[in-house]
Amino acid sequence: MTDLAATDALPRPKRDLLPVLLPAILALAMLPLIGSGSSWVTLTVASLAMGMMIFIMASGLTLVFGLMDVLNFGHGAFIAVGAYVATLVLLPLAPYVQADSLLTNLAVLAPAALAAMAVSGALGLVVERVLILPVYGQHLKQILMTTGGLIVAEQALYALWGPQIIPLPLPTSLRGSFIIGDVAIAKYRLLAMLVGLVVFCGIQLVLNRTKIGLLIRAGVENREMVEALGYRIRRLFLGVFMVGSGLAGLGGVMWALYREQVHASMGDDLTVLVFIVVIIGGLGSIGGCFIGALLVAMVANYGGFLVPKLALVSNILLMVAILMWRPRGLYAVTSR
Amino acid sequence: MILSGDPPRSRVLSILLVVIIAALAVTPLLFPGAKAMNVATKICIFAALVASYDLLLGYTGTVSFAHTMFYGIGSYSIAIALYSMGPNWAAVAVGVAAGLPLAMLLALAIGLFSLRVEAIFFAMITLAVASAFLVLASQLSWLTGGEDGRSFQLPELLRPGTILIPKDWFGFAVNGRVLTYYLIFIACAAMILALLRVVNSPFGRVLQAIRDNRFRAEALGFRTVFHLTYANCLAALVAASAGMLNALWLRYAGPDTSLSFAIMLDILLMVVIGGMGTIYGAIVGAVIFILAQNYLQALMGAASNAAADAGLPLLPGLLHPDRWLLWLGLLFIASVYFFPTGVVGRLRNPSRKPA
Repeated sequence: MTDLAATDALPRPKRDLLPVLLPAILALAMLPLIGSGSSWVTLTVASLAMGMMIFIMASGLTLVFGLMDVLNFGHGAFIAVGAYVATLVLLPLAPYVQADSLLTNLAVLAPAALAAMAVSGALGLVVERVLILPVYGQHLKQILMTTGGLIVAEQALYALWGPQIIPLPLPTSLRGSFIIGDVAIAKYRLLAMLVGLVVFCGIQLVLNRTKIGLLIRAGVENREMVEALGYRIRRLFLGVFMVGSGLAGLGGVMWALYREQVHASMGDDLTVLVFIVVIIGGLGSIGGCFIGALLVAMVANYGGFLVPKLALVSNILLMVAILMWRPRGLYAVTSR
Repeated sequence: MILSGDPPRSRVLSILLVVIIAALAVTPLLFPGAKAMNVATKICIFAALVASYDLLLGYTGTVSFAHTMFYGIGSYSIAIALYSMGPNWAAVAVGVAAGLPLAMLLALAIGLFSLRVEAIFFAMITLAVASAFLVLASQLSWLTGGEDGRSFQLPELLRPGTILIPKDWFGFAVNGRVLTYYLIFIACAAMILALLRVVNSPFGRVLQAIRDNRFRAEALGFRTVFHLTYANCLAALVAASAGMLNALWLRYAGPDTSLSFAIMLDILLMVVIGGMGTIYGAIVGAVIFILAQNYLQALMGAASNAAADAGLPLLPGLLHPDRWLLWLGLLFIASVYFFPTGVVGRLRNPSRKPA
């Protein structure tokens, strides 16, 4: 071992680029299979948009797990709650939603998204204090408690809003697509990609450039050490949990607008998708989660186009393939 | 002995179990109505299903969300065999012969693939696999009948029209339906006793050791992955058998009755409310849950109407009969928190303060 002089730069950590390139490789490999360039662009944009939405929902879950070893099986409840809260804002303001002006539309969508994030974040606070705090460090009970929370939340949504599907039409200016040559790109997908990128960059900035982010990353790596240095990691964790729940609510709004309907059981299907993403990405890793979400969305879109029957199990196949290659996900952050 | 040296160890619990079993045994004779029979059958089947799930959750401490998948495999294998081969015993035999190995192989595959890692990982992977299976079953409509499922005819002997003992002999009629009921009753009792045998064997002790301290069990030289996979396969076999009995009773198999995620949550609720880590808890949990499912709703409907008449806000919605799961969910959370050993655990150790 060679000695390092104090002035030397620290040895740079090894960059592990293959997973980052994976979505691009996959997309390019699909180009000849799909044949037509315009369908390829449409499919790729669709998968990027879907991937961003899934990433928004999954990011909170993976951070919460990485930081505190807590897996929230009730994560889907936050997604559904966010979507329902958005209907509270969007349906009474329907004239503004129908107005044919991008500014008016966004002026309604923004408060809807903010309200959804605020309510699901606040719900996150309650859930963390009531359900998760008593069972820290006990995986079995955590799974049971959060599953119970999911049941109660879903039933409460039914009790408050009724069991019917609520239609949630897209704002007028976000309908339809831009047509460039023979390529059609849906407007809403562009917005979804934009929001997803903003969220991803925001999280990366906070994690890599702020003190709180430093503490979170340190906590993911070694919780006891951060505690020993005198930081109240419980409070930090509560904050991460609330932000994660809020992001799930945001993802719920976007998904509801994408599907143009809201239902209390929407969280159930998405939970499965989000879990697959979190497993593929490596529990606790934001970057892995981002790549995992893109991969899942790509496999779903390309698979659905090429071999529709295969699309049913494509997620599972993808998960098996990734875990064969890297048993602990693309980026294994935690030592757990 | 028949109870494998693990008696209920509580007078109240013993009385409760005797009452339950006696009531189930005489249901067709005393309450031959369709609803009572359905409830009793469901209790029998779910007691066995929940007991097999308890082998995983209570005795090995692994949370699987794929238990309904095995239940569904059993249901569908009987349904598809009887649907395509006609109502005869050969078809039943084929269904059993195809369903059980299929369930076991799948359990083996999942176990080897994911039981090496932590409980949380296993839970997530089983959830993903089970949801893929549900989609598969509802999409492959040439085989499974899609969302509509498969209805089929039972062999002659088990049909309601077959009168085995006319009513004027002993005062009650024994027809094919009653025979089916007793077939299910005896099969479920046998499975529960077999599970009791398993958990009280040396193998069962190892499972509990793994649950309590996996690292130490491994250090003592037990191959934990082998034991966990073995338990997983056993549980899958019992679940598939329970699914077969369910299909025989309903004469139907479809995604909603045998595969849906809602059934998985029901099983979880039953295990935890009844008591994890006790096979008797499965029986108690199934009875409480299914009675609540079938009779609590009527009570809640009345309360909901009363609240609506009194003009209270919100309460009618919360007490609506379809919201019974809300209250059981709250009870579930409370029982995980306050009495993790469930009803049976409380009855066995009434004096111990909740941890």
